[in-house]
Amino acid sequence: MRNLIALPVIILAVILQTAIVSRVYLLSGIADLPLVMLAAWALQEEVETAWHWAVATGLLVGFVSALPLLAPVIGYFAVVGLAQILQGRVWQAPLLAMFSVTFLGSVIASILSFAVLRLSGVTLPVGDVLGVLTLPSVLLNMLLAIPVYAVMRDLARWVYPSPEVE
Amino acid sequence: MRNLFSRTLQTTIIFLIVGGVMALALGGYFSSASNVFTGSLINLQAWFSSRFVAVQDFITAPRDMASLRQRNIELEADNAELQAQVIQLQQQVGETEILAALVDFSRARPENTYRAAAVIGRDPSPFLHYIIINRGSNDGFLRGMPVVTDQGLVGRIDAVIAAAARVQLITDPASNVNVRLQNAEVEASLVGSVTGDVTLDLIPQDVNIEIGDLVLTSGLGGGYPPDLIIGQVVNVRSRDFDLFQQATIQPVVDFNHLSIVLVIVNFKPVDITPLNPLP
Repeated sequence: MRNLIALPVIILAVILQTAIVSRVYLLSGIADLPLVMLAAWALQEEVETAWHWAVATGLLVGFVSALPLLAPVIGYFAVVGLAQILQGRVWQAPLLAMFSVTFLGSVIASILSFAVLRLSGVTLPVGDVLGVLTLPSVLLNMLLAIPVYAVMRDLARWVYPSPEVE
Repeated sequence: MRNLFSRTLQTTIIFLIVGGVMALALGGYFSSASNVFTGSLINLQAWFSSRFVAVQDFITAPRDMASLRQRNIELEADNAELQAQVIQLQQQVGETEILAALVDFSRARPENTYRAAAVIGRDPSPFLHYIIINRGSNDGFLRGMPVVTDQGLVGRIDAVIAAAARVQLITDPASNVNVRLQNAEVEASLVGSVTGDVTLDLIPQDVNIEIGDLVLTSGLGGGYPPDLIIGQVVNVRSRDFDLFQQATIQPVVDFNHLSIVLVIVNFKPVDITPLNPLP
């Protein structure tokens, strides 16, 4: 039953993304709150449902966005995969892992969106995409990383309380 | 009889003495002595008065402070409420001005039927320029319907659900609008970009374009009704080795501050996809 917490959290994240975060521009880049939230959730040790969250978030973002469904779903899967890989390796520095996953995940998601749109026939100059869109978006995601990580850590501890130590 | 006479005499003498002293005092003969006396009395009264006031202040001041604090809290609450009302009214004035402009716009074009909708979000992907509006198929919105403001063309509806719709802006990199230049009487194609800039493409080389020329929809292709204002030419790029000229357009609509838009609900877009040659 506690896994149902995913639904309101993901819906809230997508609402915040479309209503607020998407209106805050740095050049032409915007932050990706669902991506950062997913990265922070997947990095929590006690969480075992990160893949389910990735599917739900990808489907919901794909429904709201005009981007082909494939791009957000694969992008969020990549973020969770990266988080799972880094979680065991840099467990003593969770913030470093968070920054790494956010950075790499943002770049991968951007490359995927670029590739999917180019395949759809949309003209996208690589220089413009890299300079005014991808890099500012990555920077904004990195700025969101710390507060979102703190919130998701508290959420994870609330959903999966650790057993009492005697 | 003798005793009675004696008491009357004493009383008379006392009255005479008192009256004499008073007459002397009123005549100013005892001024130095009366000054010392009355001064002492006044000082004594002042001392008592000041002590009384101090005690009264000591007793009543905390009650006054409490009542003043209570009053201050009430006034602060009133002030906050009034400030909130001012902000709310300013917001309503802003919305009313926008709606009034939209009503004027729709009255000026009675051939179209408009329905207003509020902008509630933007596409989560930075690659795309779409907005989300708060009305959908329940209000008669269909895919392909043009979206405008009182200033000019915004875009067209790309997807619809019951209570919301997604609108593709003309600044979107996948957007393509057939337009005409009002002064040059030439047709061209308007395309968006990831940066939000809009560019005019496919302008023949022999056409003379001037900065400030007005760009309107041409109606070709059936995607948009004709003569909707889009913007003005701000820059022309013409190179001898290119097949066509290009021009940068300054849109009349501020796409970063869209709050209310109008959907032209009586426009039926024409789908010419079956007429396009297969690749």
